Amino acid sequence: MRIELEKRAKVSALFSILSPFIAFALTIVFGGIMFALLGKNPVAALYSFFVEPLSEVWSLHELAIKAAPLILIGVGLSVCFRSNNWNIGAEGQFIMGAIAGSILPVVFYDWQSPLVLPLMLVLGMIGGALFAAIPAFLKAHMNTNEILTSLMLVYVAQLFLDWLVRGPWRNPQGMNFPETRTFGADAILPEMIASGRTHWGFAFAIIAALAVWFMMRYTLRGFEITVLGQSERAGRFAGFSSRKMIWFSMLFSGALAGLAGISEVSGAIQQLRPVISPGYGFTAIIVAFLGRLNPLGIIAAGLVLALTYLGGEAAQLSIGVSDKVTRVFQGLLLFFVLSCDTLIHYRIRLVRERFAALKADEAH
Amino acid sequence: MKKLLLALATTTAVLGFASVASAQEKAKICFVYVGSKTDGGWTQAHDIGRQQVEKELGDKVETQFLENVPEGPDAERAIERLARSGCGLIFTTSFGFMDATIKIAQKFPDVKFEHATGYKTAPNVATYNSRFYEGRYIQGQIAAKMSQKGVAGYIASFPIPEVVMGINSFVIGARSVNPEFKIKVVWANTWFDPGKEADAAKALIDQGVDILTQHTDTTAPMQVAAERGIKAFGQASDMIAAGPQTQLTAIVDTWGAYYVKRTQAFLDGKWETTSSWDGLKDGILTMAPYTNMPDDVKAMAEATEAKIKSGELKPFTGPLNKQDGTAWLKEGESSDDATLLGMNFYVEGVDDKLPQ
Repeated sequence: MRIELEKRAKVSALFSILSPFIAFALTIVFGGIMFALLGKNPVAALYSFFVEPLSEVWSLHELAIKAAPLILIGVGLSVCFRSNNWNIGAEGQFIMGAIAGSILPVVFYDWQSPLVLPLMLVLGMIGGALFAAIPAFLKAHMNTNEILTSLMLVYVAQLFLDWLVRGPWRNPQGMNFPETRTFGADAILPEMIASGRTHWGFAFAIIAALAVWFMMRYTLRGFEITVLGQSERAGRFAGFSSRKMIWFSMLFSGALAGLAGISEVSGAIQQLRPVISPGYGFTAIIVAFLGRLNPLGIIAAGLVLALTYLGGEAAQLSIGVSDKVTRVFQGLLLFFVLSCDTLIHYRIRLVRERFAALKADEAH
Repeated sequence: MKKLLLALATTTAVLGFASVASAQEKAKICFVYVGSKTDGGWTQAHDIGRQQVEKELGDKVETQFLENVPEGPDAERAIERLARSGCGLIFTTSFGFMDATIKIAQKFPDVKFEHATGYKTAPNVATYNSRFYEGRYIQGQIAAKMSQKGVAGYIASFPIPEVVMGINSFVIGARSVNPEFKIKVVWANTWFDPGKEADAAKALIDQGVDILTQHTDTTAPMQVAAERGIKAFGQASDMIAAGPQTQLTAIVDTWGAYYVKRTQAFLDGKWETTSSWDGLKDGILTMAPYTNMPDDVKAMAEATEAKIKSGELKPFTGPLNKQDGTAWLKEGESSDDATLLGMNFYVEGVDDKLPQ
């Protein structure tokens, strides 16, 4: 006996929509079983994991802060992935955006003006886009695999940041600790609402998602992205240039990752440190796929992923489970999403090994 | 469906109340860890301290912790979560939590905070640190006695005052025994990375050092030293299990006594902002048993430890020169704490350029 996946003739539209929800429900069920096996009350555990973080205002703010970079990067990546360009280096573009945007508050810290913040944001986008231009150039003109180049450039960006904050950009009053000056008041992305810490980075994320949704649905550019992504040949017949698309999608996603970087640094950290991201650029890849490369879906997916981070902390405190549970939950969620999607397109068939069956017959 | 939701809500509400009711009796003492509580080094040492609080004051307090909390915005959220969940006293146990601790402390003036190894205090934020360098001085003396070649290897983390201070103290100790003693330094630029630390250890041994010491947190250098058959010193926790024939001694962080003392003060309503910097005599660090060395070296180490405890010996006492040969401390003059806490220069005998 063996198991085969067989392509379905028709894909159910209903289940395509339901699939993420089924996956989420399965995650909850299996998460509950896991808690029960750990000797914890599953209802209380799931409550503290998924409901408690949503029950308080401050915690909702934290959710928005955590989700903002994930959504912003994920939306940019969706354009890339849809056009069949595989930018895996958003983490590096995030960092370079943060560095480029920080030039003003770190190097020209004396200059105080209302112009500082907008310029920082623009510089952040330019920084991210320029860093994404490297794999774009290599792919468009040298036919290099962008998965490898963009991924490896992440390490370049991380080490460059590390060198900057330990060397030329180190805070002269910081007792030799590896961090830059803290940003001046003009360089800090303000909070959106008085009730908590959510900064404008969250608004940028939502605006970007809506804009990309509009672009994909109603503009020629969106059509071009989809066509080139599905069939490059068909795109060429329509007069679209896949080389231009490489440049557009990479620069676009790089700019959004850079904006996420400078927003995070300016809104949440307020200085540069050797490490400024707990892997947002990589988690955003999960977010993009969990949201099915649809900008509105990505908003939801970003919030769900952010919730698992916060829920993990809440669960550590209220029921005393290890923080590793967060990772297990994220893993479960991704597993069920991918398998549900697979099962919409394929059906499982059990195949009897004919050869083995024949042999067995002969023996009799 | 509605009924099910209602039932769920009631259950959780009941559960919630039950846990609140049982918790109200005891004060909550909370900890924020930068690493995993079983890292075998820095965080584990803090967690052992937490367990000691549970053991000695368990009838009056309960403890909680959050582990693997990254520095930056996540730290702020983690600390705020603890403050909101009813913690009365919160220990934040990494230098990188400094600004986050200060920020949250302003928001929660009724909660007390203690930040490890930082330099910013507030009416409700105290700082605490340990004079690790006292142990390093003893290690330096042992190294000078045990080394055939007169060169030790030093795996350092980041060029912050804390680490530079340790390197200097080690060299001063070694040179009090052998004035020609030298050390080589490798900057691993990490606190916790077994791979990098092991590579640093191999590089140093290949350069000819025959004693290894580390200011990073894993047992990887100890294991490399054991494989290569040289001696080494452990860091933060007793690492004898990683090198039964290798470890000479280790600086063991024993935060428990401090945590118990401060928790007691908190319970008595006598908690005040302090900047405490305790040493061997207070028991905030202890030396692991002196092993794998001849009796006379052991006797010397024990004598030095006793002198440091009694205050007779202060590692940073002149005559001492800086690395470039210029005078730093005159005969009999001891360095003040402020200079140590901002230390950004080497003393004579360090074969390395301090990353600036």
